[in-house]
Amino acid sequence: MGLTAAEWTVIGLSLRVSLTAVVLTLPVAWLLAWLLARRRFPGRVLLDALVHLPLVLPPVVTGWLLLLLFGRAGPIGNWLEAAFGITLVFRWTGAALAAAIMALPLMVRAMRLSIEGVDRRLVEAARTLGASRLRALLTITLPLSAPGIAAGTMLGFARSLGEFGATITFASNIAGETRTLPLAIYSGLQLPGGDGAVARLATISIILSVGALVASEWLVRRGGNGQAHAF
Amino acid sequence: MHFEVTLRHPLGALGAGIRLQSDAALCAITGASGTGKTTIANCIAGLRRPAAGRIVVDGQVLFDSAAGIDLPPNRRRAGYVFQDARLFPHLSVAGNLAYGARLARADDGWIGQGEVVELLGIGHLLDRRPATLSGGEVRRVAIGRALLSGPRFLLLDEPTASLDGARVAALLDLIERIRDTLPVPILLISHAAAEVERLAGHVLHLATPDQPPVLDSRTAFA
Repeated sequence: MGLTAAEWTVIGLSLRVSLTAVVLTLPVAWLLAWLLARRRFPGRVLLDALVHLPLVLPPVVTGWLLLLLFGRAGPIGNWLEAAFGITLVFRWTGAALAAAIMALPLMVRAMRLSIEGVDRRLVEAARTLGASRLRALLTITLPLSAPGIAAGTMLGFARSLGEFGATITFASNIAGETRTLPLAIYSGLQLPGGDGAVARLATISIILSVGALVASEWLVRRGGNGQAHAF
Repeated sequence: MHFEVTLRHPLGALGAGIRLQSDAALCAITGASGTGKTTIANCIAGLRRPAAGRIVVDGQVLFDSAAGIDLPPNRRRAGYVFQDARLFPHLSVAGNLAYGARLARADDGWIGQGEVVELLGIGHLLDRRPATLSGGEVRRVAIGRALLSGPRFLLLDEPTASLDGARVAALLDLIERIRDTLPVPILLISHAAAEVERLAGHVLHLATPDQPPVLDSRTAFA
């Protein structure tokens, strides 16, 4: 299965977009998951709904909302451009943002379940042994939620890799900049004689997704020994 | 005074409030289940806030509702050995022992890991995970973890619960040895009369919520 240079570009871009999205979302998602799992504060229900919005909205609508907020004329996009010279629309960074927002709810859900499963009594024990709240969070809750972090990362990566609607709406379909695997497959289907490229790219998609699944299973299994809450 | 604990107002199942003053090396709080023994331990360790009262251990005020003092649990230096042990499942025995030791200030630590390991006989367990330990081993590691955290006092909550006869005897010997050889006052929470009889210099009996608790200041073992 020979891949053309353009197809390699698509794969490289897809990996760059998905990895960037997942790595940047990871700490944010874990903190949100922890807040939602463990803290009671005003606006919690609203925050929960906001995090889940990309999961229930049509992706095109999410993309349009991103355009409103992060577009050149949008409040955040305008500020980013003025303050840091960062433009997101029509750039691969915009595709990464769209992928990150779409991956966020899945990552938060997986991590939240895992954090809720961490025995609070272990955190109390850490506190009596001299750990501050923050230290107990980092040394007990964080490592014990590792299975959820691995599962959330895999789900987020797979979701990012497959992101289509929000990306094409917000970042457009520009070859070499925002044309990720799903967009390239869609573009290929529009072209006469594009079937070969479509088949090749679809195969790559399947390989990457299954690879992510296997990798996360392996991570969970490797990090999971001794995680049972015996005491 | 090692322990001066006054908790007023109802907290949880505890109706009348308690008053405890003890200078014994080991002081016990006893009573049937449901009388609030563990609640008192949690108040002393700072895991639960009593409605009002005052808790002083060896001259250090840990809680005083009138003065607005409420030290967080990480600054109370309670060597709390929980009834359910609560060893950290993701750490080895050595990692559990080191957890509190690493956080203790240099001048708060008064016992070394070698001494604790020898006293408790847990040298062969250091590389094991808590999930692979027996009930008695778990209890001993939990005591070791508490001792190494540089505690101001030990708080033992039903240390012999769910252990069989021979292990209970061994653990009571161990507690006796800690009481007699280490410079740390112990507050023992137990419903087992024989255990309390044997170990404690002071005993606070918690009655059912509608009866006031009785302080029995036997000093035979003090």
